[in-house]
Amino acid sequence: MKARRFIANTFVHILLAVLSFIWVLPIFYVILTSFRKETGSYKSYIWPRGFTLDNYVNLFKPTSQIDFFRWFTNTLVIAIFSTVIAAFFVLCVSYCMSRLKFKMRKPFMNIALILGMFPGFMSMIAVYYILKGLGFLETGILKQVALVMVYSGGAGLGFYMAKGFFDTIPKTIDEAAYIDGATKWDTFLHVTIPMSKPIITYTLLTTFMGPWVDYIFAKVIMGNDTKYYTIAIGLWTMLEKEYIETFYTQFYAGCVLISIPIAILFLLTQRYYVEGLSGAVKG
Amino acid sequence: MGALKKRKFKTTSGRPSDASIWEAFRKGNALTRCSLFIFGLGNILNKQFVRGFLFLAVEIAYLCYMALFGIRSIGNFITLGTVEQGKTYNEALGIYEYTAGDNSMLFLLYGVITLVLSLAVIFAACMSMKSAYCTQVRKERGMHIPTFRDDLLSVREENIHTALLALPIIGIIVFTIIPLVFMILIAFTSYDHEHQPPGNLFSWVGLENFKTMLGQGSKLARTFWPVLSWTLIWAVFATFSCFILGLILALLINRKGTRFKGFWRFMFVLSIAVPQFVSLLSMRTIFNANGPVNVLLRELGMIGMTESVPFFTDPTLAKITIIVINLWIGIPFTMLSTTGILQNIPAELYEAAKIDGAGTLVIFRKITIPYIIFVMTPNLITSFTGNINNFNVIFLLSGGGPDTLDYYYAGKTDLLVTWLYRLTITQKDYNLGAVIGILVFIILATLSLLTYRHTGSYKDEGAFQ
Repeated sequence: MKARRFIANTFVHILLAVLSFIWVLPIFYVILTSFRKETGSYKSYIWPRGFTLDNYVNLFKPTSQIDFFRWFTNTLVIAIFSTVIAAFFVLCVSYCMSRLKFKMRKPFMNIALILGMFPGFMSMIAVYYILKGLGFLETGILKQVALVMVYSGGAGLGFYMAKGFFDTIPKTIDEAAYIDGATKWDTFLHVTIPMSKPIITYTLLTTFMGPWVDYIFAKVIMGNDTKYYTIAIGLWTMLEKEYIETFYTQFYAGCVLISIPIAILFLLTQRYYVEGLSGAVKG
Repeated sequence: MGALKKRKFKTTSGRPSDASIWEAFRKGNALTRCSLFIFGLGNILNKQFVRGFLFLAVEIAYLCYMALFGIRSIGNFITLGTVEQGKTYNEALGIYEYTAGDNSMLFLLYGVITLVLSLAVIFAACMSMKSAYCTQVRKERGMHIPTFRDDLLSVREENIHTALLALPIIGIIVFTIIPLVFMILIAFTSYDHEHQPPGNLFSWVGLENFKTMLGQGSKLARTFWPVLSWTLIWAVFATFSCFILGLILALLINRKGTRFKGFWRFMFVLSIAVPQFVSLLSMRTIFNANGPVNVLLRELGMIGMTESVPFFTDPTLAKITIIVINLWIGIPFTMLSTTGILQNIPAELYEAAKIDGAGTLVIFRKITIPYIIFVMTPNLITSFTGNINNFNVIFLLSGGGPDTLDYYYAGKTDLLVTWLYRLTITQKDYNLGAVIGILVFIILATLSLLTYRHTGSYKDEGAFQ
């Protein structure tokens, strides 16, 4: 019996080791290529002939087409603005849907459900023309404002997660505040919001990550305005036919640089995701 | 009958602001009913000047808009333009000169905006009448008639939802609803690559696009059905393979004898922590014809030195490759979500089973599996619909390729969504793109209606309050 359990345990550990090796391998390949000395794209061998830090250093030397640092700041600014607006929208809507009883509540939730079933970028072209019609695609700065609006405008529809969290806060806490003479507004600001740190952090982190990984909308709105690109379109550009031979290794260096903060943020969201799911008041 | 009586009772004694529009119209006096047409009349005559004039200002602004622009845009919306862009030869300069024609696309857009504004004004009309009715009832009952200051203060208490929802809803209308209505309407027009404004006009064609897409014989239909079936096959395989294998992985990590649980979890989660465009683009280069996998196979002597396995260029192999690579992304996700569930299975269940003499296998089959399926069903549905719309994996891995001439601008691995993307962005067949969008919506809506409404979270949302 003991021997059998030992064999089973060894087998499981070996299996897990092999699997996690497979899972980490592509990431390892990205890191390896980012330090590769030889330029050019595909090689007829796997292990690099030499290692260098130049790929990272060169990334910060802007050329006329490729300007990593600028793309980085572009994305950062867009992400910060859209995060603040989107998180505000999400919190407002989810609080209303969870705490307040009013006539349009159920219809609103059903409409949100229906709207969520249309493919997201079916309306992309229409958004593009509306922004164009409003004159938002004239200059690069306005395009960035437009991108912020696109990322945050419809955010109110993504209220399910936060609503689920608010649902777990006992009504009695609100009622206690009302008895003490607080208005609903006071209760929202001074009771609900301070209790909702996990879900606020989760909302902030997830919306913050959006602009860093979105390729489609950013590309449609920015067009060929390389100066105002976000990081995702920028990196994609490096893989295009005319650049791939020169920028292949730098592309990987850029990927590593972006992946580190995003991965850290993601691991953080996982913690808050679990906390958010487990509710506000621990019994 | 009883219910009706109860309702009547409730509305006559309840707060006046709870009255419905219909009730306001039925029970309102002449002044209240007039407020439906002259906004704010009831308020102004009852000395609620600011509120009344705000209503009136809305109406005047709308009427001005309609007179200057709106009526014409509704007319244009019906015809979608009649004057085509003209080209005349200017002999003095020796060049062609263009005379401005109608722009069907803008006509359609302005039409939609005018319709939305009109709906908003109808809503305002109802609000005006309701507001007049409230004042009427309050006056009849001798209650205090709220001043504008009271109105402003009420957003902190009974009208808080209007304050909190106003901005998000405007955002949703401008960035989700108007574009969506616009695109749905385009599905019924001839707005394709041959009818591009401002050079050409397009017009309403009714259900023509749907007929060619769903009918028999046309190249479009010969593309649509295979793409649809691949989309469904993909969604089924991607969802269930990731679910089953991810579940097994979670069980392996969570079993009693396994050590370094946190470490194993971290190793797998790492792959989803990396942004998808990074991991998918590098996967694409890894499986490229000259990528490391082929190099490795060559060095191992499994294929010739100049050969390569056509991971993304052979239609069948490309589909398999994509499903396998998707495992790399999907398994950690399932592992992550099932781990939490596994840890939440009440320990009493296991203890009771053990006392009853159940073996490990029986416990697993009778407790673990049913529990997970019960909790994960909504999750499975969302991941199935998510896979139908899984743009990223296909677009970044194969780009829909390998392309084929049998299809109308689609590749063998294109899903409906990536085909939609191609048709609109590259091909500029906006009407066909819109048709596909609507069909995807119909598929998802049917699926969700069949399954979603049966889940506990929909039926019983207040279970924890």
